[in-house]
Amino acid sequence: MSDERTSIAMSKPAVGEAGRTGDWRNKRPVLTAEKCSAVKLGKPTCQLCWVYCPDACVSRGIGPEFDLEHCKGCGICAEMCPTGAIAMASEAVHGVCEI
Amino acid sequence: MTGNEAAATAAKLARVQVVAAYPITPQSPVVESLSAWVESGELPAEFVAVESEHSAMSVCIGASTVGARAFTATSSNGLAYMTEQVWWASGARLPIVMCVANRALAAPWNVLNDQQDSMSVRDSGWVQLYCRNNQEILDTSVQAFRMAEQLNVPVMVCYDGFLLSHTVMPVDVPSVEQADAFLPPRPKPLQVVDPADPRNVGPVVMADPRRDGDGVMQPGYMEFKAMHHRALLDALEAVPAADAEYAAVVGRSWGGLTWEHLLDDAEVVLVAAGSVGVQLTLVAERLREEGVKAGVLGVRCYRPFPAAALAAKLAGRKLAIVFDKALSYGYEGPICTDLRAALCAEENAPAVFGVVCGLGGRDTSPGDLADSVRRAIADAHAGARTRATEWLGLRLEGGAL
Repeated sequence: MSDERTSIAMSKPAVGEAGRTGDWRNKRPVLTAEKCSAVKLGKPTCQLCWVYCPDACVSRGIGPEFDLEHCKGCGICAEMCPTGAIAMASEAVHGVCEI
Repeated sequence: MTGNEAAATAAKLARVQVVAAYPITPQSPVVESLSAWVESGELPAEFVAVESEHSAMSVCIGASTVGARAFTATSSNGLAYMTEQVWWASGARLPIVMCVANRALAAPWNVLNDQQDSMSVRDSGWVQLYCRNNQEILDTSVQAFRMAEQLNVPVMVCYDGFLLSHTVMPVDVPSVEQADAFLPPRPKPLQVVDPADPRNVGPVVMADPRRDGDGVMQPGYMEFKAMHHRALLDALEAVPAADAEYAAVVGRSWGGLTWEHLLDDAEVVLVAAGSVGVQLTLVAERLREEGVKAGVLGVRCYRPFPAAALAAKLAGRKLAIVFDKALSYGYEGPICTDLRAALCAEENAPAVFGVVCGLGGRDTSPGDLADSVRRAIADAHAGARTRATEWLGLRLEGGAL
């Protein structure tokens, strides 16, 4: 790409713009569905995990789903969940990380 | 007008669009003038009063990113405070122009002239030019916008605090028509800031090239810096070209990368940047009367360093004496070091001696400078090819040394 603009660092907002950042984590979020307010009520509710994820790696589902390609394991979702439905589990428990 | 007024007048002629600055002695009158002109409507620009020099450069970065012609000025510790963003501006390839009214760095506090402030950021990837009088300040500052926007590299125009910033000299001000003929409006910036095409401007870059979200391979950090450096090297042509194009419109040239006085047959060459070079011209004339073939080689463009031009002009000379108003602590004067390095592979190069002078506003009279040159010549005649740095005019009655 010989566009003059390549002489500066500039990128488009896109999924995976910073690469496969899921490789960076050493803990992954794990949902205990029975504790999640959305699952218990059967409708989208709370969604604090989605709101607070800094990397847009949590879906707004009834029961959130985690984008493990890009989740860096920061643990903010687990910290913010009011019902303690998300726990951070060490990747080491799973052995080699298979996504 | 004073050097500061010349700098402000240049920014006004250049139709600067955003000025963000914080006052510091001896730069303050630059921004006071610009602020008054914005207030009166003489200069239709946005003046952003910031709380620090770091913010001043940050505002310039923001303004320049969206395509505005941006200007700031500072000195000494203000430049030091700004330094993080000085590096950002150049790495981001923003054509900001900044005037630096050269002043000593604290500690200890000193409001008077030396070149340590701008020398401390000489590595930061800006084009760095030094002026020897107020006319040159005005002309060079106008040229700076042109060069910056051609290269997408910020340009620093340096001039000695108080000696030039506050001293009144005759200055011919080009007409608005002449300035407009020389300096067209700024082209589109490299940065894309468009709500219809959202971008991350200045994201983290990894060590290696990698594919972006579209799968297109993007440069790694080292490649970006190589492009930046290449742009600085392109300035070795852009600086003389701008000087020549300006001369064609206005009728004044300042030599491009270097300037000279009585250099043609000189055997002893006095080298400096800034107004001390003018004093050295008096020294050279005085020494000529004493039978010494002395001449002056002035460094106008210090970054990029005009190594080839200086080496060519010094070939065959016997002695070059570099007068630095700054020091790389623990080593020697910066211009001296750079010149030595430029000559080290040259056959027929002169011996190079370094003199540190004028720190913290210590007077550098032509008489004292001439004595320094005579001492250097005596040392050279005694066979010295090199010599410890001389500190000119050091006064030991304080008892500390």
